Amino acid sequence: MALFEAKNVSKQYGTQLALDNVSIAVPQQSIYGLLGPNGAGKTTLIRIINQITGPDSGELFLDGKKLCPEDVQRIGYLPEERGLYKKMKVGEQALYFAQLKGLSKAEAMKRLKYWFNKLEITDWWGKKVEELSKGMAQKVQFVTTVLHEPKLLIFDEPFTGFDPVNAKIIKNEILFLRERGATIIFSTHNMESVEELCDNITLIDKAKTILEGSVDEIRTKWAANEYDLVFDGNVKIEGNGHYNILDQKFENNKSIVRLKTTGDIKSNEILQTAIKSGTVISFNPALPSMNEIFIRVVEARN
Amino acid sequence: MNKISVIIKREYVTRVRKKSFIIMTLLAPLLMAAIVIVPTVLMMNQKGDFKKIAVIEEKSDLFKGVIKNTKDAEFVYLDNVNLNEFKTKFEQEGYYGVLIIYPEIINTPNAIDLISKKQPPIGLLEHIERSLEKNIEKQKLAAYSIGDLDAIMKSIQTDVSVQTKKLDDLGNVQKTSTGISMALAYIFGLLMYMLVFIFGSQVMRGVIEEKTSRVVEVIISSVKPIELMMGKIVGIALVGLTQFLMWVILTAGITTVLKTTLLGNSGITEITQSMPQNMMTENQAVAGQAAVQEISPELIEFTRLFDSALNQPWLLIIFAFIFYFITGYLLYASVFAAIGSAVDNETETQQFMLPVTIPIIIGLMVAMGTMQNPESPVAFWCSLIPLTSPIVMMARIPFGVPYWQIGISMLLMVVTFIFFVWMAAKIYRTGILMYGKKTSWKEMWKWLRYSG
Repeated sequence: MALFEAKNVSKQYGTQLALDNVSIAVPQQSIYGLLGPNGAGKTTLIRIINQITGPDSGELFLDGKKLCPEDVQRIGYLPEERGLYKKMKVGEQALYFAQLKGLSKAEAMKRLKYWFNKLEITDWWGKKVEELSKGMAQKVQFVTTVLHEPKLLIFDEPFTGFDPVNAKIIKNEILFLRERGATIIFSTHNMESVEELCDNITLIDKAKTILEGSVDEIRTKWAANEYDLVFDGNVKIEGNGHYNILDQKFENNKSIVRLKTTGDIKSNEILQTAIKSGTVISFNPALPSMNEIFIRVVEARN
Repeated sequence: MNKISVIIKREYVTRVRKKSFIIMTLLAPLLMAAIVIVPTVLMMNQKGDFKKIAVIEEKSDLFKGVIKNTKDAEFVYLDNVNLNEFKTKFEQEGYYGVLIIYPEIINTPNAIDLISKKQPPIGLLEHIERSLEKNIEKQKLAAYSIGDLDAIMKSIQTDVSVQTKKLDDLGNVQKTSTGISMALAYIFGLLMYMLVFIFGSQVMRGVIEEKTSRVVEVIISSVKPIELMMGKIVGIALVGLTQFLMWVILTAGITTVLKTTLLGNSGITEITQSMPQNMMTENQAVAGQAAVQEISPELIEFTRLFDSALNQPWLLIIFAFIFYFITGYLLYASVFAAIGSAVDNETETQQFMLPVTIPIIIGLMVAMGTMQNPESPVAFWCSLIPLTSPIVMMARIPFGVPYWQIGISMLLMVVTFIFFVWMAAKIYRTGILMYGKKTSWKEMWKWLRYSG
C-alpha cells in the first residue's frame, strides 16, 4: 500500500505552469526518487507535499487519508537550500525546530542527545551555527529533520556539501531510517545515489511526469536490446544483420564491446558468433545507468 | 497556538540576550540621567564664581546704590578715581570689571560701558540693565512732580498670568496648562513614532534574515506562514516593551541615585528656592519698599503646572497610548514584514520603504502642528485616518478630544489593522519563497490574489 499518494496535482504561478497533472505513489517503507532537470517542478511538488503551498487542483493522501495541516508533524523536510539561524547556538536551534514540530522540550532533549551522540557532534552543542562548516551545519540540519520520527521524510539533495565519508554516514542513516519504518522521498541530481538507494522513481520535466516506475524495471526496459561483450586480449568484431556495434574499446588488456541487436535474435546466438572471434570473459545485458536514461529521456523531449 | 508561543519565545530571547540590546538598555538611561544631572551640576558650580565689579560715574552721582548686590556679584561704588589709570589695574585690585556710567545715560541707552577681561555672563548684564532702567524710569517720573509717587508706583505694579481652565463634559472646571498639554503631545507623538518605526523595521530585518538564510522554508514546513509572521511581530513588540520599561525604571533609578550622591538633597532645593528669592529682593529694591512678602510669579507658575499635570486625563492617555501602540505597531509591523518578505536584501527595501514612511512622517508633522491648533481640520482628519491616527490622536488627547472621535478613530484603527495584517500575510506567504527576482509593486499585487 502507498504511504503517500499525490493524484493529478497541478499548480500554476501566474502564467507559468509549475506542475501539470502529476501523480506519484510512494510505497510504504521505500525510498522514492524524485528526478528532473532544474526548474522542472520538483521543488513545487515537494512544497505542496509539505503544505507550504497548496495545489490548484489534485489531491494528496497520507496513509490513505487526505493530507491535513496536522500532518506536518508526521513529515520531515530537509530543503535543498539549507537554512539555520547563523547567530543561534546549535543545541538551542535544534530544540527550537523540534518544538515547532510539536515535541515537548524534555522529549526533544532526550532524542537530540541520542542523535548528537550517534553522529558524534555532541561538542557542537554550544557553538553558534556561523562557527560551523557547511557540512557540519548540514549534519545538524539532518538531525533536526529526522528528530520527530516522521513517517514520511523528504530529502532534497541530501548529499551536497558532504565529503565522501560524511556522505556515506548520512546514506547509512537514511537506509537505517527506512529499516525502522520510515518512507523517504528523495530528490537529487546525483544518479549514482539513485541507483544505490531508490526503489522507485518519477522523472518530471517541464511540469509533466515523463518516466516512472521501479529503478530495476526502468533500467531493464531501457536496456532491452543492448549487451556488453568482454573479450580477453585485443579483439575486434564487426556488426552483422542481427546486431550493430555501438562502441568498442580496449583497456587493461580487455576488449569491451557494446552491441545492440536489431532483429529478433536470442542472446545464445550472439554468443555463438562471438566465441569464434576470441575468448569471451563476460556477456551481460547492458543496463544503462540512470544518468544515461535521464539524459536520453530529457533530450528526446527537447 | 502553542507553536506561536515557541516562536514568540525565540524571537524574544535571542534579541534580549544580544549584546547590543543589553548595552543600549543600560547606556540610554545613563545618557538620559546625564542630561538631567549635568546642567544642575553646572548651575551649582557657577555659584562659586563670585564677581566684584567697580562702578564709576563720570561727572555725576545719579546711581549710587542703585545696582544691588546679587548672589554672584558685588557692586562697589568708587569716587574720585583716575579712570584711565584704574582701567589698567582693576584686575590687580581684585575687580572682575569696571562699569562706567556716563551722565548721558538718561537719554542715550548705550552711554554705559562694562570693561572686563572676560566676556561677562548674560545674567549679570541683564541685572545691570534692569536695575538702571527701572531707576531711570523712576527718575523721569519723578521729574513730573507727582505727589505720593512711591505709593502710586507700588499700587500700579502688576503681573499678569493667564489661568487656563477647561470645562469637562460634566461641567467641572479643571485647571490646565497649555504648556503641559503641549509637552505631553510632543512626548507621546514622538514616542509613538519612534517605537513604531524602530521595532517595525526590526521586524523587517528579521524577516529578511530568515529569508536570506533560508531558515524560513524549514519553519513553514512546520507552522503556517502567518503564525511565523505574527510570532515574530509579537516577540519583537515584547522586546520593545521590555526595553521601554527598563529605560523608565533605570532612568528614574539612576537619576535619583546620582542626585543624592552628587548633590545631596539640599543642593536641589537650595537652587529652586534661591531663584525666586533673588527676584523678590530685586523687585523690592526697585520699588524702594520695605520687605513685603509676596508669592513670586515663578512659584505660582510652578504649582499651576503641577496641578495641571495632575489634572491631565491620565487614565485615558495611558489607555489610548497602549491601544494605539499595539494597533499602530501591528499595522506597520505587518507592512514591514510584507516588505521584508518581498526582497532579497536590505538595500532593496528602499523603494518599498518610502510609501510606508510618508504616512508616518505626515503623522509626525501634523502632530507637531496639532500643538498650535488641536482643533484644526487637518488634525481632526489625521487623528481619524488609521495610518496617521496613532501619532496624531496621541498628540491631540492631552488637549481634550470628544469621546466619539476617539471611538471612531479606534474602530477604524482596528478594522484597518486587521485588513493590513491579512493583506501582509498573503504577500508574506508568497514573498518568503521567492528568490532572485526583483519584486515590483505589480508583482506584489499578483501575490495578493494567489490562492493558498
